[in-house]
Amino acid sequence: MTRHYLLSRYAEGARPVAWVTSGAPVELLRAFGFYTVYPENHGALCGAKGMGSELCRTAEENGFSQDLCSYARIDLGTAVSGRTPAGRLPRPDLLFASNNICQTVAYWYTVLADRWDIPLLMLDTPFNHTGEPGQAEVDYMSAQLEAMIPTLERVSGRGFRMDDLRDVLSLSKETAETWGEILGTMKATPSPMTIFDAFVHLAPVVSLRGLPVALAYYRILLQELKERAARGEGGIREERKRLMWDNIAIWYKVRDFSTLFAERGMNFVTATYTNAWAETAPHMNPRRPLESIARTYSRVILNNSLDHRLRLMEGLIRTFRVDGLVIHSARSCKPYSVGQYDLKRLLMERLKVPSVVIEADIADERAYAEEQAQTRLEAFFERLER
Amino acid sequence: MDCVAGIDVGSLSTDVVILDRQARTVSHGIVRTGASSTRAAEEALAQALAAGGLSRGELVSVVSTGYGRSSVPFADRAVTEITCHARGAWFLFPDVGTVVDIGGQDSKVVHVGPDGRVLDFTMNDKCAAGTGRFLEVMAEKLQVGLEEMGDLSVRAGGEVTISSVCTVFAESEVVSLVARDHPPEEIIRGLHRAIVGRIWAMVRSLGMRGEVFMSGGVAKNRGVVSLLEERLGQAVHVPPEPQIVGALGAALIALEQ
Repeated sequence: MTRHYLLSRYAEGARPVAWVTSGAPVELLRAFGFYTVYPENHGALCGAKGMGSELCRTAEENGFSQDLCSYARIDLGTAVSGRTPAGRLPRPDLLFASNNICQTVAYWYTVLADRWDIPLLMLDTPFNHTGEPGQAEVDYMSAQLEAMIPTLERVSGRGFRMDDLRDVLSLSKETAETWGEILGTMKATPSPMTIFDAFVHLAPVVSLRGLPVALAYYRILLQELKERAARGEGGIREERKRLMWDNIAIWYKVRDFSTLFAERGMNFVTATYTNAWAETAPHMNPRRPLESIARTYSRVILNNSLDHRLRLMEGLIRTFRVDGLVIHSARSCKPYSVGQYDLKRLLMERLKVPSVVIEADIADERAYAEEQAQTRLEAFFERLER
Repeated sequence: MDCVAGIDVGSLSTDVVILDRQARTVSHGIVRTGASSTRAAEEALAQALAAGGLSRGELVSVVSTGYGRSSVPFADRAVTEITCHARGAWFLFPDVGTVVDIGGQDSKVVHVGPDGRVLDFTMNDKCAAGTGRFLEVMAEKLQVGLEEMGDLSVRAGGEVTISSVCTVFAESEVVSLVARDHPPEEIIRGLHRAIVGRIWAMVRSLGMRGEVFMSGGVAKNRGVVSLLEERLGQAVHVPPEPQIVGALGAALIALEQ
């Protein structure tokens, strides 16, 4: 990822640059050779580097509400001030957003489009109340993708070839599947890595998906994890309890939490968050590129009902033999955090899995209270240890 | 005589309970926490030891709990107030299914199993609404004693609706209600209703479980208790000294050591 951000500094002028949301079908852009930057990944990076709150404040000083998602505030703060731990972000020629992860991106990217006076392509994905999209929804989304092609050709200066898209989609599918296999190695006891490692290894499938480098990286990682699992080598020294994480990481606490849990022999072996980039891979079909892109990206976790989430979590708890669940209620991410108390109650009733809710934020440290989080977690440990 | 002590260092008060080997209460002490948790723990312990006619040497085990639990240097172990309140409540009232604790800076709802252990819990968000601090701020604003609020509320002929659940906004709402000459007891009843609304939301998120037991300083407030009973549609059991339930739980855990 360091290499990716380093190359970013030189992308401007050399290649067409696009800023993309995490849930947008980047495969379409790859077929035109766009260099892609992920503001959400950058937001996570800023959060982990302890720069999140500072950039959020910059956005607030420029009139954005502190109730706005911190990824959005960080990105707008960077756009205004030019400050970033990555050195420099390339100015985009095009913006690509999909509201399959939230509605915030629609307004956030509109602000960026207005600021730079560049085209914004938006994929509108109707919410899945029943778990999968109907044919009318698929047609509606496919038609939008098709309508984007002339703009992509104009901005990139390159003609569209369906075979290019097929190739990218094959690569993307294989990358997401390999990521799924990587997460699957964590079924082993002890799990060969922790979810905190997975949070870091997640970056390529999010932001380099569809490029050969991401797949090459995951093949090496998968091999290493298989070997570790075969040797019975765990991600932490002693795995006594296996946990699941719900929601996006608390980026500025990843290091502290990994120590806090490891010291107690608690290992996170699965997360709805990391799973999100493996979950939809089977729906990618290079033989029917546009239609399968519509089907795949309509099914992302945040565009799906709470019933779907409940079934998914039940499945992960069983498959990964989870003893307890840590739920991050993220101030930034409303679509991910809504319904968590109901999910908590239902999982306790159905599977007797104890859980704890931590109120925090993904990248803005000001929304995190150490003492409160500590007390909740300790009480959770006492509950698990009895 | 061999004894054990539980020390609950809360944001407002520090409470100590001393038990003998048979889990009988020997004495207790309550002091304001003030600026130093360590000093408050020392003082509350000294008070309880004096009340029981005991010396420090007779304490074989000490467990601390509450927000200042890690600032008690002479404690053998620190345990969270969630576990301690559950244990204390279960000891006093073995049929308990749900503990509602409203303390100085947080409130919590805990589901307790038949063995007195925590099954599940939830706590208030990073916000003073629904805590003892909320009432303390309002008592100051209305110039009534914190302990008088319960009686005033029960006696109120009517009730004012407090629309904001935020402590700061509710305070300005109270100021304007006072300026418009609303009777203080009706405002107080409205404030109690607001707190109960917050607690109800937490109870709902966990689900109701069996008999309800209330602990923490706010349980001394008859107004809050009666409105909570009305909202829950069932009796709320309050011990004679609700403030020391956490310390009692800590002492019971010390006894198991």
